[in-house]
Amino acid sequence: MAATSPAPSSADTQAVSGMATSYRRKELRRAFQSMLTSRWALVGMLILLVVTFVAIFGPWLAPFDPNRQNIMMRLLEPGEAGAGSLTYWLGSDQLGRDVLSRLLYGARVSLLVGVAAIAVGGTLGTIAGLVSGYFGGWIDDVLMRLGDIQLAFPFILLAIMFLVVLGPGLVNIILVLGIGQWITYARIVRAQTLSLREKEYVEAARAMGDSTFSILFRTILPNIIAPLTVIASFNVAGVILSEAALSFLGLGVPPDVPTWGSMLSESRDHLLSNKWWMAVFPGLAILLTVMSFNFLGDGLRDALDPQQRSVIESRGTK
Amino acid sequence: MTAPLLQVDNLQKYFPIHGGVLRRVVNNVKAVDGISFDINPGEVVGLVGESGSGKTTVGRTILRLEQATSGAVRFGGTDVMGLGTSQMRAYRKKMQIIFQDPYASLNPREKIREILTHPLRLHKIGSASEHEDRAAALLEKVGLARDHLDRFPHEFSGGQRQRIGIARALAVEPQFIVADEPVSALDVSIQAQVINLLEDLKNDLDLTMLFIAHDLGVVEHICDRVIVMYLGRVMEIASAADLYARPNHPYTKALLSAVPIPEPGKRRERVALKGDIPSPINPPSGCVFRTRCPLATPECAKVVPELKPVGEGHTSACIHTT
Repeated sequence: MAATSPAPSSADTQAVSGMATSYRRKELRRAFQSMLTSRWALVGMLILLVVTFVAIFGPWLAPFDPNRQNIMMRLLEPGEAGAGSLTYWLGSDQLGRDVLSRLLYGARVSLLVGVAAIAVGGTLGTIAGLVSGYFGGWIDDVLMRLGDIQLAFPFILLAIMFLVVLGPGLVNIILVLGIGQWITYARIVRAQTLSLREKEYVEAARAMGDSTFSILFRTILPNIIAPLTVIASFNVAGVILSEAALSFLGLGVPPDVPTWGSMLSESRDHLLSNKWWMAVFPGLAILLTVMSFNFLGDGLRDALDPQQRSVIESRGTK
Repeated sequence: MTAPLLQVDNLQKYFPIHGGVLRRVVNNVKAVDGISFDINPGEVVGLVGESGSGKTTVGRTILRLEQATSGAVRFGGTDVMGLGTSQMRAYRKKMQIIFQDPYASLNPREKIREILTHPLRLHKIGSASEHEDRAAALLEKVGLARDHLDRFPHEFSGGQRQRIGIARALAVEPQFIVADEPVSALDVSIQAQVINLLEDLKNDLDLTMLFIAHDLGVVEHICDRVIVMYLGRVMEIASAADLYARPNHPYTKALLSAVPIPEPGKRRERVALKGDIPSPINPPSGCVFRTRCPLATPECAKVVPELKPVGEGHTSACIHTT
């Protein structure tokens, strides 16, 4: 039968890819819908939506220029009125800058760096882990020893070396933080790939004549995406804090760009003198964002797992 | 006589054991140690032996899921062992496998639709619009229904999953199927269903099959010929009827004596084997079965017995009985 069927025309292949995308879109929509029924995932999504909104529209929402210093308005408590009719709703810092305005501007860098660095590190690490786990042999040895060497090196030292060579700046800091994370993903993906490689459905794909690329990304990857999303959501937190540390050292974003991390770093000197608002508000912003990523990660894990999904769907109809 | 569809010629598969700091090969597990047999078109050949005898490795090596250490596997006259990836793909369409464990053989993330239409897309069988109908037809062929297409594997029972595994293997319309203990993971009541399904499919689709099993009762039912393996070597080859009526090799006799007779009160003479199968790292010299053989003599340690004819299409490898 197959021999008589004509070679597929380009229209056919287009139809195939069209079907595949619409099928995938439907899957995504289902995953999204089942996430909406999970309360905590919903909370996480809402908070992240707010943070994203703030990151985009911060400049229009902020009552002050985040960098305007006012020596007369130093270390005001939250709610105190400053010069004119403007209130420092969340207080002011040691240079008289408005904490609320800096917080609103800071969302931009923190969110961007957090997400982009994880995207870079996650992608690099996943590819390295898949290759390492599936092929084994010398390439596995090389990649994993490279990772061991990197882990034996204090990250901050590595980051300083990179940034001294590359120069500071947003793109470079994303790259450095991403490269700092790859081995975490590579190890998890490698371990999962090692066990999945021997599964009979992977063998079935090989017996069917699937290409190695297809086996890695179509058969194995979807089966390990769940732990990855969870790790990634936790990781965003660490990366946001690392960005803070680097900004504090003057290697991150230029000092005139407010970030939550640098705000937290600057608050250190004033904690003992009861200037709590300088630490609490950026800390709270980081906490809420990180927590939301975790909720989102949990919800995503459940929504992406077909066995969990029926549970979630039954929950939704209750 | 027609030319055999599949010829296995002196196939060897050694798994190296690495040791020491330099990870040098210190020894080999001789899973398959030089076996040869032919399978004719339309024939179902059983491959039996106890656990560790290398029968699964034979099946996997034929399909190049394992790379053979040496030897040839000719499919329709072409040695598939030396083919490159793209040339091999054409043969993947002709040779398929049914796996032992239906719980591990289906991708838990894929719907049945995807599991069954992917092979069609991969091998460009039919047009895109036909794929769904073909997938549904495959499901019906194995006794499932069209509306099962949108379900995930975890929504099915073991027997149903094994049917889906069979449907996937049939999707590319293969000429030859390796069935690797397709029923040993199933309940006895389900085993019969799947065996009957395989038999029907074999008749309808004119399939050639290598049926790997350790249950001789099942093999007697479905197979035309039987190959008995022990520790990576062939002990005896005979037609199913001949093998059960006139087993020649002492190992075959021992295996057959372990098959229960479904008749109360009737007893068979038991040939109980002592001990376990020896390690395939250091197999016994001469005849590999001599350490457990009731007929063993000192000579058995000296020569490796060859397969000698003992009847019409019946060969056996024992210096005492041939």
